[in-house]
Formats: sequence, C-alpha cells, structure tokens
Amino acid sequence: MSEKELARKSVEYRRKILKYIYQAKAGHTGGSLSCIDILNVLYNHVLNVDSADFSSPDRDRYIQSKGHTVEALYVVLASKGFFPESDLETLCTYQSHYIGHPTRKVRGVEQNTGALGHGLSLSVGTAIAGKLDKKDYRVFTLLGDGELPEGSNWEAALSAAHYKLDNLCAIIDKNSLQISGATSDVCNTDPVDAKFEAFGWAVRHVDGHDFEQLKAAFDAIPFEKGKPSLVIAHTIKGKGVSYMESQLKWHHGVPSEEQYSDALQELGVAEESLA
Amino acid sequence: MKKYTFTEKKDTRSGFGAGMHELGQQNPNVVALCADLVGSLKLEPFIKENPDRFIQCGISEANMIGLSAGLTIGGKIPFATTFANFATGRVYDQIRQSVAYSNKNVKICASHAGLTLGEDGATHQILEDLGMMKMLPGMTVINPCDYNQTKAATIAIADYEGPVYLRFGRPVIPVFTDADQKFEIGKAWMVNEGTDVSIFATGHMVWEAIQAGEMLEAEGINAEIINIHTIKPLDEEAILKSVEKTGCVVSAEEHNRIGGLGDSIAQVLVKHKLAPQEYVAVDDSFGESGTPAQLLEKYGLTAKHIVEAAKRAIARK
Repeated sequence: MSEKELARKSVEYRRKILKYIYQAKAGHTGGSLSCIDILNVLYNHVLNVDSADFSSPDRDRYIQSKGHTVEALYVVLASKGFFPESDLETLCTYQSHYIGHPTRKVRGVEQNTGALGHGLSLSVGTAIAGKLDKKDYRVFTLLGDGELPEGSNWEAALSAAHYKLDNLCAIIDKNSLQISGATSDVCNTDPVDAKFEAFGWAVRHVDGHDFEQLKAAFDAIPFEKGKPSLVIAHTIKGKGVSYMESQLKWHHGVPSEEQYSDALQELGVAEESLA
Repeated sequence: MKKYTFTEKKDTRSGFGAGMHELGQQNPNVVALCADLVGSLKLEPFIKENPDRFIQCGISEANMIGLSAGLTIGGKIPFATTFANFATGRVYDQIRQSVAYSNKNVKICASHAGLTLGEDGATHQILEDLGMMKMLPGMTVINPCDYNQTKAATIAIADYEGPVYLRFGRPVIPVFTDADQKFEIGKAWMVNEGTDVSIFATGHMVWEAIQAGEMLEAEGINAEIINIHTIKPLDEEAILKSVEKTGCVVSAEEHNRIGGLGDSIAQVLVKHKLAPQEYVAVDDSFGESGTPAQLLEKYGLTAKHIVEAAKRAIARK
C-alpha cells in the first residue's frame, strides 16, 4: 500500500474509532488516535496475518500491550476481515465480546491484555517459541509510554536481549501523555532509547504518523542481527482531531454530538486533501 | 483398616523433577522455565536432556509468567517453576490477566509451599497460595501427597488443556502411594474407608491423616480418610458420599484456615449437607524458622492434632 493509500486508510480508521466510541459513550479516544497509524502500517504493510487462516503456525504475532486503546485494534481487525464491522455496534455493551480491552473471544486477538506491563513479556515468550521451532514468524508488540514504569517491562527487556530475540519488535507509542498528566511529570522514563540500548536492544526513532518512516523502520527489522528491535514512535495523543490533540482530557474522553460532528468535518477535509 | 507402609522417604519436589524428566522424553512441546531455582525444583535431569527447552528467566517471576503465556501463543506447554510464594502472590496479576483470564495452557509448578520449607521462615512460607489460585476462574489447583503422586500429577497435567497450579514441597516424607498410579485430576482418592468421621486431607497432611487414623482406631474410632489432591475442581460427590456416612468432618491442610481446602469443603457442606467440621490448618498466621517437625507441632498440623479435631467433630454430631 502506498503512503497515500495508507493515509486515506487512516482517515477511515479515525472516523470509525470516533464513531464507535461516540456510540458506546466509552473508550480511549486519545490513545487510539495516537496509535492508529502504527496499526495501519502493521496490518496493511508488515504483518503476515491472514484473517482466513488466522491459526496458521507461521503467522506473525501482534500483541497489544496498551490494551486500553482497543478501539484502534478492533477497527483495523474488522477492516482486515476478522469479523463484520457491524459487530462493533455492540462495543463496550452488556454481553458483547467487544469488551473495553482486548480478549481472545474476538477473532484476531492473540492474547487478553489491558493490565499494563504484560505485553512485552508475552511477546518475549512468543518469540522464544518461534526460535525453538525455527520458525520465521516475527512478534510485534505495542507499548504505551505511560506503562513503561511497570517493572515487568524491564524484566522482559533484559530477557529479550539475553535470548537474542531478533524476531521481536516492540513499538512504543510515545504520545507523552497519560491519565495523570505528562509522562515526563508522572514518572519520567527518558531517555528511553538509551535505556533500551543499554539493555541490549537496537533502537530507532520515527514520526509515528509518517507512513514513509514507519514503513522504512519496519522494513529494516531486525535493526541488528541478534538483537531485539525497538521502534520509538513519536506520536500525538488525539492526532487528527485538532481540539483533541495533546489534550489530556481526551485520554478517556467521549465526544459530544457537536464535537463528534466537528471531528467528522475535520476528517472530511483531511480526506479531500488526499483525493 | 488398610495399613500403609513405606520403605523410603522422599521430597515431593523430587517427584516433580522426575515427572519433568519423563515429560521431557515424552512430549516435545513441554518447555520448562525457572526463576533461578533449578536445583530446588529438581529440574537438572530435564535440562540435561533438553537444554533447548529450558528457559532460565533469572530472578524475574513476573516476566516468567508472561513468557509462559506468550509461549502458548507459539504452541508450547510451559511449566513455570519457582517457590510457591513467588509463583503466586508475587505475580498474581500476571497469572490473573495473562494466564487465567486468557485461559492459557500454562502450568505453574510451585515448590517449598507451606511451613515445611523450614528454616528460611515466614518470607518464604506461603500459606495463602491455594486460596489465591482457587479463586481464579478456570484455574485447576492440585496439591499431591507424596513423591509418587507428585510425579504422576506432573505428567498428567501436561495432557490437560488449561491453566494449572501444582503445589509441592521441600521436606522428605514417606512414599506410600503406588509408583505406577494414574493421576486423575479432580478425583479424590479413598485412602481408608470408615464410618465415624471423614478426614479430608491434602498434600503433606495426608500422611499425618493416615497416622491419625491408626491412632483413632486404637481408641475404637473408625475414621474415613480421603486424599483431596485436587482442590479445584473439588470432588464434591466423594465428599458428600463420605459425609452422608460419617456425619462429621475434619479438613487438614498446610495452609491458612482461611481460603484453603477447609473452606472449599465447608461451602459444599453448607450447600448440600450440614455437618460439623473441624479445621486442621494454620490459624491465620505467618510462619517462622524451625524444622518442619517443630513448625508442624507449633502450628497444629500433626497426626495428634487431627486426632483431637476428629474427636471434637464427633462430639458435635
């Protein structure tokens, strides 16, 4: 998919994320909008995952550690044919499988996540299994920058390097905001690149909304043979809707009717510019 | 009354190690993980024959549980091993979210449970693990009684699809069950039939219960002794059948009286068949340093204590 096609896809995804959050009156809007371009590139350019053959032992694995931005994942999985998009009409409602954090009851989801700090360990285990079986599949995991203070991340980071997991790629959605405020104020983890490098990872920075940079980074993994790869994706929380961008209240905020309408209008303008 | 004898004493953790050794030869999908306690878990024979299928995690238990859940995404059957304290309380969130809620085929295998690890004291003597694990939906919880049964249970859980907590210990105790037994998850084992009181014991307390049965017999009391090696799913049928006959109950476990086997049995009794029950368990306390024998005596977990509890239960009928 070309960068322009990816950009158009992202507009469509953003519109759907907002639609289902608006309908459910629940969801994690800001983070879903910050990571959607990453998910777009993963599912439309990188991952060897086929909805018709999801149980293939050779498939690439994607594990979303920051489970709370599940709306981004659901929208992408629906677009890839894992389930009918109309299922998302039930998002976060009673008796729906489309719960507010990923579960394996939803086709395409590898692992229940949402308790932060779990995804990297899970991914290390899956990557070790791939090495044991001499499989070529790769394991991708998306972490939030806000969850990095969880100690289990650093346990996992150590073991990924120890086991030389160059079939593992972690991505940090570095939108610099978390529920209590700026990540640098809540519990600063910078310089995060130096920390992971010191742990034995190969690290690259990208603009997490630049499709060319995202593609180039993912095309280059493993960045170093014998080392796990880390993509630090610099993103904007609420990206694509100007009144949400970098505004803390949109971590868990749900748009009003008027705000929803304004957002759709803005996305419409963005789409026209890509025509 | 059936007499149980033994020719040797062994630790249940060695039964686990022997089971892993066999599994290593039988099942290529079995992978062992450990958080720096290979010798304590008796994993050396498995590792020697299957070095590629052993994942040393170092002292990072949370990561070990996460890795285990992740290994299932690659089709493996992970056996995550460490001391019971660090295999449960320390990593409860990892087990809850990534293993139990995700219904992952992870086997959490925990040694040095209870008071009988001895000298290291309360930091390492977990008495709450059965409770924590049994509260997790979908978790199978097993506490076998001797070397042979632990070995058989270890082999059996590899063939069962789903999360399992397998608990065993450090002290050497009599080996009194059959070497070639088939372990059936969730099926209580009738140790000795009797009519006056039902003694339901688990883990190391089963041998104490057998001794208690002999002491009671000498006083003319005919005790029924049942080994509840699977705390969850609980063999309710076996419990109720026994209580119908005897009319009173003693539960015996190396665990806090709150949240363990005794409470599981009490739930069954409350729901189906009211009967007096006496607990032989640690009375809501932490442990301390000492030999296993000293600690079992102080915290009320010996055959003598079971005898006293049985008499109290009978008196309440």
